[in-house]
Amino acid sequence: MNALSRFFRRLEGPQTLGRGPAFWVGFLVVLAGACAYPLFSDGYTVGNTVYFFTWIFMALGLCLIWGYGGSLSFGQTAFFGIAGYSYGILTINFGAAYGFTLVALVFAVAIAALFAALLGYFLFFGRISGVFLGIVTLSVTLVLERFMAQTAGPEWRIGAARLNGFNGMSNMPPLTLPWPGGDIVLFPDVQLYYVVLGLLVVVYLGLRILVNSSFGNILVAIRENPERAEMLGYDIRKYQLGTFVIGAALAGLSGVLYTSWGQYITPSSMGMTAAALPIVWVAVGGRSDLTTTLIGTVTVLAVFQALTIHGSQYALVVMGAMLVVTVLLAPSGLIFALARLVARPFAKRQPGDA
Amino acid sequence: MPLLETRALNKRFGGLHVTNNVDLVLETGEVHCLIGPNGAGKSTLFRLILGEHLPSSGSILFGGEDITAFKSFQRIRRGMSVKFQVPGIFKALSVRQNLEIAMQHHYEPATLAEEIDRLLAFLNLSGDARRLAGNLSHGQKQWLEIGMAISLKPRLLLLDEPTAGMSPEETHATGEMIKRLNADGMTVLAVEHDMAFVRQVADKVTVLHLGKVFAQGSIDDIVADEEVAAIYLGQTTAHATAHQQPGGLHA
Repeated sequence: MNALSRFFRRLEGPQTLGRGPAFWVGFLVVLAGACAYPLFSDGYTVGNTVYFFTWIFMALGLCLIWGYGGSLSFGQTAFFGIAGYSYGILTINFGAAYGFTLVALVFAVAIAALFAALLGYFLFFGRISGVFLGIVTLSVTLVLERFMAQTAGPEWRIGAARLNGFNGMSNMPPLTLPWPGGDIVLFPDVQLYYVVLGLLVVVYLGLRILVNSSFGNILVAIRENPERAEMLGYDIRKYQLGTFVIGAALAGLSGVLYTSWGQYITPSSMGMTAAALPIVWVAVGGRSDLTTTLIGTVTVLAVFQALTIHGSQYALVVMGAMLVVTVLLAPSGLIFALARLVARPFAKRQPGDA
Repeated sequence: MPLLETRALNKRFGGLHVTNNVDLVLETGEVHCLIGPNGAGKSTLFRLILGEHLPSSGSILFGGEDITAFKSFQRIRRGMSVKFQVPGIFKALSVRQNLEIAMQHHYEPATLAEEIDRLLAFLNLSGDARRLAGNLSHGQKQWLEIGMAISLKPRLLLLDEPTAGMSPEETHATGEMIKRLNADGMTVLAVEHDMAFVRQVADKVTVLHLGKVFAQGSIDDIVADEEVAAIYLGQTTAHATAHQQPGGLHA
């Protein structure tokens, strides 16, 4: 019991909303609902939900880098694409036997993280920050998109894997879990749903522990005032780089899950539109908190899909408008603005308190 | 051995010679004030000592170690600490969290909360621990930042206009606090305009003018120096040339 309460204390802190028994009971209720959901739904809808879930990892990574660390990365899709293509190249060449897809997942995420470490080293140790960080990261993802788009010729192959230019790479195997008496193939829907849901819970709780640790303290200090943080004796470049790599690895995880889910990845997953969407998801919900980011991302994705069905390209215009409205009217995010609106009549405000 | 020493320190920004051959010696245990008219190069010298600027030539020694090429955070870890002129606090975080961030690597987790409480009491901020730092009054923000600076238990405390924007009462209280910290063994270097404050705390005063050390001595020597009074009144050009030769009171 003592160990359990110690564990819960590490999940809570000044950097996350939601604490105390009420929040965690609510968390368990939502989790139980999510676990029961496939029992009441058809395969297609469950598969569609998995598709939503795969994006959340990238959103949580951006929340960490931008919302907590204060560095706007406009190029999370670069790591998404690198990991997605890496998964395809590895599995097409080495197959899916003996649970190799899981090895490929780990390698693909590691490749994305390594690329982020290299890029981040030059960015942060070169003291590039603010809008320039956004410009450089966006440029990187656009360059990767352009590069992959011109790989249509047969000479662009790595082993058995054709890169296929703008048509994209396809026919990589889905994820499989090695299991005695026959591997479990995580082909959309239910099995994959549970695996991705489990990953989501682990990543969400892990990030809560991270941001409420002393590392998280320094991260928000850098966001608030980098000079002061350095003048307390912290090498802020290392913390920024570490955060960037973790965020990139999460974008990479999204990339692998997306690629294995649809058995397909194209250069446009690293393009301008794709790069802008994570920023909308994270900003609209409220980027400075993991829970609001998670709720915001799921909500915006659901709205986006509903709009796409009815109005195809107009959905993107609505997304853009949503971002503008958020930035102008509720810069800290719509969930925070709503909470403030609801709390206003009940709050006994002291002058000068927030 | 002096705690801090700058040797023939120079800093040029393009054609502007902002720090001109400055030799400054800070003995362990003293309160040293850096004064001078606007544009004298006080802030630049301060930033050179902190490592925010790197000098064009010359060297900086701290505790006998050459730290000229060190990054700011490395200097802080060697035992420097700084309070900026504009309060450098984490505005969107609580007062308590501000101190926690400053202190978390200097104390065991078990004693951290207790140490934060003690410092909050020292700063007279116990009742404001849960408030956002950005919502404090101006004086309280200054106190909070001084608290963050001294929580590192530095050997050398650097203060950039610590009393800017404070009332005379707050200024006096700040001076008393600095004297108490100094009595506990902290060496202090302060950039300051307020001469009453300088008189209250300083063991030694260095006057900068046009990037050079213009005069150095006790506060009484400095106040008695007519040429120092003259540069503050603006009669600068005639006297600046008169001070080319070293010797006497003038470095």
